[in-house]
Amino acid sequence: MWQFSRYRTGGRTAPRLRAIPNAGARGCDDRVSDPAFAQAAALVVALRAVATSHDRSAFAQLFAHFAPRVKAYLMRLGTAAGEAEDIMQDVMLTIWRRADSYDPAQAGVSTWVFTIARNRRIDILRRERRPTLDASDPALQPEAPVQADQAAQAQEWEERLGTALEELPPEQGEMVRMAYYEDRSHSDIAQRLNIPLGTVKSRLRLAIARLRLRFEEP
Amino acid sequence: MTAPTHHLTDEWLLDYASGAATEPVALMVATHLSFCPLCRANAARLEQIGGTLLETIPPVAVDRNAWDRVAARLDEPAPDAPPVRIGIPGVPAPLAAYLPRGLDAAPWAKVGFGAARAALPCVEHRGFKSSLLRIGAGRGFPHHGHRGEEMLLVLQGSFDDETGHYGVGDVAVYDEAVTHRPVAGPERDCICLVVTNAPIRMTGIFTRLLNPFLRS
Repeated sequence: MWQFSRYRTGGRTAPRLRAIPNAGARGCDDRVSDPAFAQAAALVVALRAVATSHDRSAFAQLFAHFAPRVKAYLMRLGTAAGEAEDIMQDVMLTIWRRADSYDPAQAGVSTWVFTIARNRRIDILRRERRPTLDASDPALQPEAPVQADQAAQAQEWEERLGTALEELPPEQGEMVRMAYYEDRSHSDIAQRLNIPLGTVKSRLRLAIARLRLRFEEP
Repeated sequence: MTAPTHHLTDEWLLDYASGAATEPVALMVATHLSFCPLCRANAARLEQIGGTLLETIPPVAVDRNAWDRVAARLDEPAPDAPPVRIGIPGVPAPLAAYLPRGLDAAPWAKVGFGAARAALPCVEHRGFKSSLLRIGAGRGFPHHGHRGEEMLLVLQGSFDDETGHYGVGDVAVYDEAVTHRPVAGPERDCICLVVTNAPIRMTGIFTRLLNPFLRS
């Protein structure tokens, strides 16, 4: 069974997801030599190449990285292999077509891909409307002013998250994983683990609170 | 308009970010997010957890011809982009899909006490349904409790009850433990998006007689 501890490599904490090195901003120093960081940076470069010049070899790189992960995500949610394969291909096409809507200041490439996979899955399997925030809605209350180094911050958050997820107590980590990867209501989780619903809710709350602390650290 | 002060809990945001939220809950969350920069930021962070997990999941082999099949379709014209949703005053985009002609044109039905209810065509899940509730300006809705969970999101006007003051964009969550008497602000009719999984329970001496007739 998959566990967060899987990505502890050689006794060293190795958060896999690093977002982009934002040229000129902080965070571009010694990390460039870090393989995980270099890989995340390569994904951003590839996605930009797809957006700006429909670069097929860049897309092949994204495909090699994400296709097996998106398929794994879909299968973990209970989708049969054949259907997961079809939805994955649909997700990859969506990445190709919408590459220009990726905003590195908002999130890492993996987060963007995750939201596409999540949404396509709901659209294809659930056959119901999927009310979703429309970022272009002129009625939106304005965001806080954009920080100059927001992209660097998005990157740092994801880095911290990887570590924070790993450091969660196992029972809290399991709750988070089930919440994202099993499409279960909280009461289903409670039933399956044979623990009270209140315990599920409090573990999830604790886990999210811990993860949030990482965002709020200076 | 000021930013909301009553927010969604992480539990609802997590369901939305992970994709587990059912249609009525997703509608409530997405509508609140349209009003609330703070919850938007929180939801974005919860989506980042999803992205981080995607990096840590053990990959599964794709079909041998997967790349060829996708590559063969790269030159296809993209399907039509989803239609641009035209904003309606007071109705954020996620909700506008259900109310193409605005709040006033909703299928309002009077429920007494100066209040009206309008069902929304949401797929029902685990008993959760979506509707709109309108309470006349300055009017109070009788004191009542809840047989399940109920979420209210103020779309227009405001209301006060024992738990606080709720203005546009604010969310109020009630469960079996809460009884309250919402009173609409005097400025205009108060209209709320409601998601609930059980009928309310009248607690007043006379209004209790109505209980067998109340629907969620």
